[in-house]
Amino acid sequence: MIWALLLVPAVAALIALIVRPNWPRRALLVLAAIAHTALVVACWVRLPPPAIGGWIAMDAAALLFLSITSALFLAAAVYAVGYLASEEKKADSLHSPDGPGEEELPFVNFPEAVFAACLLAFLATMTLVAVSRHLGLMWVGVEATTLASAPLIYFHRHSRSLEATWKYLLICSVGIALALLGNFFVAVAAQSAAGPAIHLTIDNLIARADGLNPLWLKAAFLFFLVGYGTKMGLAPLHTWLPDAHSEAPSVVSALLSGALLNCALLTILRAHALLTAAKLAAFSSDLLVIFGLLSMAVAAVFIIGQADFKRMLAYSSVEHMGILSLGIGIGGLATFGAMLHTVNHSLTKAMLFLVAGNILALYRTKSTTRVRGLLRALPMTGVLWLAGFLAIVGSPPFGPFLSELTILKGMLDAGRPVVAVAYLLALAVVFVGMATICLRMAYGPPPDSLSSATSVTARREPLWSIAPAAALGFLVLALGIYVPPQLTHVLKQAVVALGAN
Amino acid sequence: MSTLPSIAHVLLALLLAPLMPGVINRVKAWFAGRRGPPLVQGYRDLSKLLHKGAVYSKTTTWLFVAGPIIGLACILTALLIVPLGSVPSLISFQGDFLLAAYLLALMRFFTILAALDTGSSFEGMGASREAFYSALAEPALLLALAAMATQSGSLSLSPIYAAVNWHAMTSLAGPALLLVAAALLIVFLTENARIPVDDPNTHLELTMIHEVMVLDHSGPDFAMIQYAAMLKLWVLGTLLVGIVIPVRSGWWPVDLAVGIAGLMALAALVGVIESVIARLRLIRVPQFLVAASVLSILALVLVMR
Amino acid sequence: MNAWLDTILVLLILTNLHLLGSSRISACIRTVAAQALLLAVVSVLAQPSHVGLRLLLLAAVSTTIKAGVLPWLLRRASREAGVQTEDEPFVGFTTSLLLGLGLLGAALHLAGRLRLPLPGADTPTFLVPVALFTIMVGLLVIVGRRKAVMQALGYLAMENGVYAFGLAFAVEEPMLVEMGVLLDVFVAVFVMGIAIHHISREFDHIDVDRLSVLKD
Repeated sequence: MIWALLLVPAVAALIALIVRPNWPRRALLVLAAIAHTALVVACWVRLPPPAIGGWIAMDAAALLFLSITSALFLAAAVYAVGYLASEEKKADSLHSPDGPGEEELPFVNFPEAVFAACLLAFLATMTLVAVSRHLGLMWVGVEATTLASAPLIYFHRHSRSLEATWKYLLICSVGIALALLGNFFVAVAAQSAAGPAIHLTIDNLIARADGLNPLWLKAAFLFFLVGYGTKMGLAPLHTWLPDAHSEAPSVVSALLSGALLNCALLTILRAHALLTAAKLAAFSSDLLVIFGLLSMAVAAVFIIGQADFKRMLAYSSVEHMGILSLGIGIGGLATFGAMLHTVNHSLTKAMLFLVAGNILALYRTKSTTRVRGLLRALPMTGVLWLAGFLAIVGSPPFGPFLSELTILKGMLDAGRPVVAVAYLLALAVVFVGMATICLRMAYGPPPDSLSSATSVTARREPLWSIAPAAALGFLVLALGIYVPPQLTHVLKQAVVALGAN
Repeated sequence: MSTLPSIAHVLLALLLAPLMPGVINRVKAWFAGRRGPPLVQGYRDLSKLLHKGAVYSKTTTWLFVAGPIIGLACILTALLIVPLGSVPSLISFQGDFLLAAYLLALMRFFTILAALDTGSSFEGMGASREAFYSALAEPALLLALAAMATQSGSLSLSPIYAAVNWHAMTSLAGPALLLVAAALLIVFLTENARIPVDDPNTHLELTMIHEVMVLDHSGPDFAMIQYAAMLKLWVLGTLLVGIVIPVRSGWWPVDLAVGIAGLMALAALVGVIESVIARLRLIRVPQFLVAASVLSILALVLVMR
Repeated sequence: MNAWLDTILVLLILTNLHLLGSSRISACIRTVAAQALLLAVVSVLAQPSHVGLRLLLLAAVSTTIKAGVLPWLLRRASREAGVQTEDEPFVGFTTSLLLGLGLLGAALHLAGRLRLPLPGADTPTFLVPVALFTIMVGLLVIVGRRKAVMQALGYLAMENGVYAFGLAFAVEEPMLVEMGVLLDVFVAVFVMGIAIHHISREFDHIDVDRLSVLKD
């Protein structure tokens, strides 16, 4: 069962490389996504048994994160099919006056086969991260996600996307190399324990947490936090994130923000669980709170007056990663809230990036000042954009409101009023900053350049560009009104699996 | 121990020092496919210069005359302080390696003063470079000697070098001693104005250093400068040879003979270096010298741990 | 045995310093390759009691990749980009040499401070500071150099340092994981090589400081 989860996307990636014509490959992309989702749903019914001696196994936390990833990938795959078709059409009109350029930059896309293969490989590696129970294997998975996603960011082959790819590749690889050092530190901490050598499986380590050397364990957590935190986009290690999210095709941005960051978060959570078991939770919690607040503050500063709407969304991701880190650091009810917020944030952010892709396709600019009159130019997209904005800043009745409120309550319960005030302040600043930008984009008359004949055809909103985002939006709305008991159960299980209660 | 071996070393040094440039030039000539000057050319040059009169520019003062004399005096004193392998030095006391280093510095100082005294911008330029490079070479030398002092636990050159033997070379200190030797080789090449830092064969190039400083000296003054330079090759050479040839037979004539053979081999090595590598660009020289200091510090770290 | 190991560790330090002080990119590539070779020897010398088929196989594979394939890749990338030397790095060569010495001191100090919970005395203690030093030098090269090739080299040096650290504690990662790590490093440098190739084609240079369009 677990093997199937890993193998379906991996094999599909290989086939995608071989298949020559475009349509079968696109069909394969969607089919693989559906198969993966179906397998994950089956896991909800009954948890599969662990494989290779407990190295890969499914627990509640893995199931939760994997479900998010799988759902987002399905939405992204549907969107990608339409997106690739329209990109192909644009490429055919390469020499027409208004060419395929986005923001007046001429470029040629990456081969579609490589794109599809990398997309599927990306899913396979993220699945590996979610299900691996061995620290070394998890490291391998996280680094593999970087490598699989780097070509995706470079899909539009122009100078800026190249710059973003290089920064992403280098910063994340260096960060993750530090995390490998963290792995070794854990091994050293385990060596000091009496008895035979301990394998670095999480269950094994947690079971014998008392015998681990505390000093080395703390050092290991620091390296994990810095290493995987780079990947997760915690300030001040987030510098690659806005670049990569803004330059990647929107469908990739949605996956990066909604799924990849979560995977990195999961690795940090595993390390946190280890420290909690070793009764060092105070140390790791404080670090998580500090990094969380710092990320929120930095994101808030950069969101105000942001001139690029995809960068704005990227900084919003930094902010929400900060919220998650903060919630987990606080512990108790806040951890539960953070788990719920992971779901809400991923769904909302993926929806917003997909909508941003539609906006970009019509306006051909990422500038927040040159996008006007969204509601008139693209009515459906405009409505979704506003809904997504309201959701992400935490307005009722959407899901994020509920989870952010839970985290706030968790803070007050834990007796951390100062942290709570800082949290609310950052949320308020982000609200104001995003409201200024998003509302200005939605209202007013569309610019004159959109009234030309070609633009009128471009203003049709095909089903593929609306349906995935709308579906995600519906889920966010539904989660704001009603959290199904099954989900609550899994969330609680996840909190237990991560060692906090 | 009697002072006989030490006296023999000093006398042989005074006698044989002019052979070292001879060996270097023969090796270079051999590499270039020429026959080259005879080995004793150094003696002939000295006697030729001593038979000539000196010419003094009207702008020069007593400093110009004092430079060569003080330089020769300094290097002669330094010769009394350095041991050759296990052959101890004539004068030995705690901290004498500092005195040796500063005698070399004093010699350079007066050479620079004499060069500046001519008032020629050309010589001033050479003097400025000499001052700069020696300022960079000096830490390398002192740190290298400090590393050796730490290794042997003594502050005097003779016991320091007596402690370098096969046993030390094959023990944990071996890598450190090799690093010291590498650093000392760079210092040796720099202080003696050899390639890759300076080219002793160019007289009218804007990039030369040592030769340009002594352009205005003539006759016996120049003979003193030349002889001092030969002795400097010898003195710095002993510091290097004492490490890389750790032969300590216990019978001093053998040790002395091996040491002198080592010095001649070092001269041959310099000839090879000058034949196969080019001089560094001037801006690269400081980096080369910093590398020597880095090697010395590394050696110091290794012996101190 | 120990003197041999010490000599090799000193050589490792020297390769690091050479990496910091050298302006020629081809020399730097050779240096990092040499580092990988030295590490292979260390892996055999450091734990003489553990030498077995598995360790030899791992050492052989990692040496082939790190000392053979990756340098070849990077050399090709830098040749295509037409880059021979680094002209003006952010941190000068002499300065970075001196910084390197400072880092060496810091590494020695750190290694002395970290109380090693080690049961056996057969772990060569000098290996720990050298590993830390190599990691620091890798980071310094990444932030201090202008050329993309040099950053890739810095990443490799860092990876070498982490590997050396693993050797110091005889961290027994299962075969699967070690192979995975190796594969990741290989693919990372491979992708970096491709990226360098594209950068040189797109910009006519591989100076990373001129990759500065994206900022707030």
